[in-house]
Amino acid sequence: MVSTGKSIAPSFSFLKQLEDKSGQPVSRCYQCKKCTGGCPMSFAMDFNPNQVVRLVQLGQQERLLKSRTIWVCACCKTCADRCPNGIDISAVNDALKDMAAEQNVALGDTMVPAFHESFLASIQRHGRIYEAGMLLGFKLKTKAYTQDMGLGIEFVKKGKLKFLPEKISQVKEIKQIFEKAKAKEGSR
Amino acid sequence: MKYTYYPGCSLHSTAEEYNASSKQVLEKLGIQLEELKDWNCCGATSAHSTSDYLAHALPLRNLVLAEKQDNDVLVPCAACYNLLKTAEHHMRCGGEGSEELNLDMQEIMGAQYQGNIAVRHVVDVFAQEEISAKIAGLLAKPLAGLKVVPYYGCLLTRPAKVVSFEDNAEQPQTLDRLLGVLGAENIRWSHKTECCGGSFSISQPDLVLTLTKKLVDAAQYAGADAIVTACPLCQANLDTRQHEAGGGPGTKVPVFYITELIGLAIGAGRSGDWLKKHLIDPVPLLRSLNLLAAS
Repeated sequence: MVSTGKSIAPSFSFLKQLEDKSGQPVSRCYQCKKCTGGCPMSFAMDFNPNQVVRLVQLGQQERLLKSRTIWVCACCKTCADRCPNGIDISAVNDALKDMAAEQNVALGDTMVPAFHESFLASIQRHGRIYEAGMLLGFKLKTKAYTQDMGLGIEFVKKGKLKFLPEKISQVKEIKQIFEKAKAKEGSR
Repeated sequence: MKYTYYPGCSLHSTAEEYNASSKQVLEKLGIQLEELKDWNCCGATSAHSTSDYLAHALPLRNLVLAEKQDNDVLVPCAACYNLLKTAEHHMRCGGEGSEELNLDMQEIMGAQYQGNIAVRHVVDVFAQEEISAKIAGLLAKPLAGLKVVPYYGCLLTRPAKVVSFEDNAEQPQTLDRLLGVLGAENIRWSHKTECCGGSFSISQPDLVLTLTKKLVDAAQYAGADAIVTACPLCQANLDTRQHEAGGGPGTKVPVFYITELIGLAIGAGRSGDWLKKHLIDPVPLLRSLNLLAAS
């Protein structure tokens, strides 16, 4: 047989990498599908939770990093509590989201990552969430200006949205925490 | 009994009625509160979706601060409770990187987390025998005739090993028992620990709409006239998305915080101020059952 220099064997290095990163014993899965049976978000996913685990075992990195599933997992932990092998698939999804963002692949969803970005920017700036500012940031990123406009007006009428941010006194500590987090990402 | 109170961001904005009713009810029960000084956001879903480090470090700063105030931390928000409890568990069990994280706290804040305090959810505190008995003793207006389904959602009970205070996290009972103490009609139903979609309300409203519809349909199918929750995300999703989820006028199901129901029953605080914050007005239902205070 002539070697083409390409390997078609499953990549176990990805499995190992993900197990380390997520802390989850992904190789234990025997596909009982209890996770998918209880998953409230499976209707919106391109891969079911049990398929995510299988794709990790097979080293299908690219398909996973580009999937919508990892972004629409609600982290409700139903799968984690019911898995007979103690695998928390939402933690696997968190690790995959982190990798997808790092590797600059075409993300399987743009709204959820834009929300997380606006949310964390608000914490970094004020130490707490400033809803009005966070929502504005999210709208600017996603151009979804009219979405939930009516609801926004209701919230303002009910006094549920504050116009001014609350800022903690030691914001510098929060900034340092974010710097440390960034340094950890870089060193991996 | 004294606790360090951690309201969290929601309770200072979209869930102000939960904040006010919690404080007023706890005061009436003789439980002293001291707000955590200079508390920061727990990071919620966005932190753990983005960075393992942030997911633990942001709540940990609050725990280090809380230790200076000596008492256990009391949290009404189910999401904040879940994240603070998870960070506490991570440190207590020596999770990966926890020692390094504590050294980072030493460097940033000049103090480390020692593990001398616990994190408690308000429902867990209300469910204590002593406090439940106190609530029963203070009952001024039992919630007779109010058909309610207890809605626990995700964050109060999962992951069970880390955060749950229930005997069986798949069949939680604390809210059920509290409803019994209040004299309300506790309705059994199929969806008490199903997910509402949480923080997707802003980024993926269609998904939250689908889940809201399922939950409200299940509650109505069981014969409930109201839903009670202990989570600002659950309350906001069910209260705000029902309008779009369909159903005609008069079919909307009010969604209460557990502290509002306790407050109504024991006559604590200014219930009118809480109830007017709801998008689905609960007053007609309460009035029809004669459950509103005369004032």
